[in-house]
Amino acid sequence: MSASTHMSSRLAGWLPRLVVAPSLLIVIVTVYLFILWTGVISVTSSKFVPTYDFVGLDQYVRLWATPRWHTAVANLFIFSVLFLALSTGLGLLLAILLDQNIRVEGALRAIYLYPMALSFIVTGTAWKWIMNPGLGIQKVVTDLGWTTFRFDWITDPQMAIYTVVVAGVWQSSGFAMAIFLAGLRGIDNSVIKAAQIEGASLPLIYRQIIIPMLRPAMLSVIVLLSYIAIKSFDLVLALTNGGPGTATELPSTFMFSATFRRNQMGVGAASAMMMLMTVAAIIIPYLYSELREQKNG
Amino acid sequence: MAEALSRSGKARLGRMVVYGCLIVVALVYLMPLWVMVVTSLKPLDEIYSGSFIGLPKVLTFDAWRAAWSEACIGTECTGLKPYFVNSLLMVIPAVVLSTGIGAINGYILTKWKFPGANFVFGLLLFGCFLPYQAILIPMARTLGLLGLAGSIPGLVAVHASYGICFTTLFFRNYFVSLPDELTKAAMVDGAGFFRIFWSVILPTSIPIIVVSCIWQFTQIWNDFLFGVSFTSGSNSPITVALNNIVNVTTGRKQYNVDMAAAMIAAIPTLVVYIVAGRYFVRGLTAGAVKG
Repeated sequence: MSASTHMSSRLAGWLPRLVVAPSLLIVIVTVYLFILWTGVISVTSSKFVPTYDFVGLDQYVRLWATPRWHTAVANLFIFSVLFLALSTGLGLLLAILLDQNIRVEGALRAIYLYPMALSFIVTGTAWKWIMNPGLGIQKVVTDLGWTTFRFDWITDPQMAIYTVVVAGVWQSSGFAMAIFLAGLRGIDNSVIKAAQIEGASLPLIYRQIIIPMLRPAMLSVIVLLSYIAIKSFDLVLALTNGGPGTATELPSTFMFSATFRRNQMGVGAASAMMMLMTVAAIIIPYLYSELREQKNG
Repeated sequence: MAEALSRSGKARLGRMVVYGCLIVVALVYLMPLWVMVVTSLKPLDEIYSGSFIGLPKVLTFDAWRAAWSEACIGTECTGLKPYFVNSLLMVIPAVVLSTGIGAINGYILTKWKFPGANFVFGLLLFGCFLPYQAILIPMARTLGLLGLAGSIPGLVAVHASYGICFTTLFFRNYFVSLPDELTKAAMVDGAGFFRIFWSVILPTSIPIIVVSCIWQFTQIWNDFLFGVSFTSGSNSPITVALNNIVNVTTGRKQYNVDMAAAMIAAIPTLVVYIVAGRYFVRGLTAGAVKG
């Protein structure tokens, strides 16, 4: 080994690290340091601007004593459960139906998935118009003769959160379908053939063999949709603006209005930390298992 | 014989049910787009007289013209045009920066592995799943300190920074499946770090570059949270301007203009989706399907 190749191998040793360093620095600052910073603000009395006086967990106590926050948490629960169940169910059903040698599969798949390409603001705007009680769906149906038909959820504080579910499912179920379809295409056909020869019916094969084999896809769908649910902000803002009143408030809209509209930066930071902890509790075990499987596989 | 007949009849019925379900769902999925388009092409009187789902009786592009160049956003009645331009000025540099950086990161994390490379990847990966509320306040303060508050370059910096997490994931998972012999052979021939990247790795990565660009374009174009938090007035991206148009409460609500505005905001990402849907789907499933 000559001195120069030794030099160049030393260079080769640190050059990659040097090139990746700026990205790493950016992410450490804008993700991890900023999370820490938000955490610090959440234990201060910050209102309009950050003030760095330690007040312990006062802001968290205030947060959990705020009825509006309770509404937001309850709504997130309703929204996530329904959004996840409906998007996953519909996505799975569409994927299974599409997997039956459908002639126009490409076109249908494109139709189910196009809402994912839209901004939630566009989705919210469109559905706000569709669900407009005076001129939208309700009017169409009553004009057809069913005069007692009511679809005024968007103006009903009890029902408004379900309008967010409808629009959310419309936007995201295609995503679930795409992942399930990829999972179905990965299943060895000989398994199904063998079961068919044994005389098992198609629904039985799906229930007993195929759906259990889709567990990894199911996990991905649930984790990724939970993440979408927890961070949903634009959809609610465009569709209901958190209303009527605070009926469709979610943690994300609560955080935004506390911080930027009501000068309660400390409470806003505390609510952001609650959101972060919820996401982390779901995402970190998921990423950990994904990465470990990758190493083993 | 009779049994075979009834079985094939049953199978045909089954096929019809499958097709029927798929087509009904497809129509339901298309309905919002249909409603947006027909509403945007109707005069306001026709909308108020109760025409919702039908084709326009009088076809007019007035609402599109109004949404593009006349509608009021706050006190400025400029239409969406300047905000469309803002979004372009934001999205193009942010996509180029994040894709370029992600490509080189993915290359390093797979072909020049160093101790701790997997840990670095893990750190970046969590950034993909960050609820951005957790960084809004510090980012707003930092942009202020850097003199980038409320500006388009500020938004470019924010989107490029968080975009790195996604683009690194895309490129890493793609490069993992490229055989190491490719880079080893180039190294034996005396090619260095950058040389290998340019002439060996990049030429094989066109598909993943497309995936990354499409994903980043869609995400950044559709972003609302950063836009509404870090900009105001004439520097806003199109999603924020659209939301402002729709939430105007004065006067008779111009639903046709709202729908035309929503279409204008949706067209760029819809076009990308129609032209390159295959790559869009790959970006979507990258978070789920292991490389």
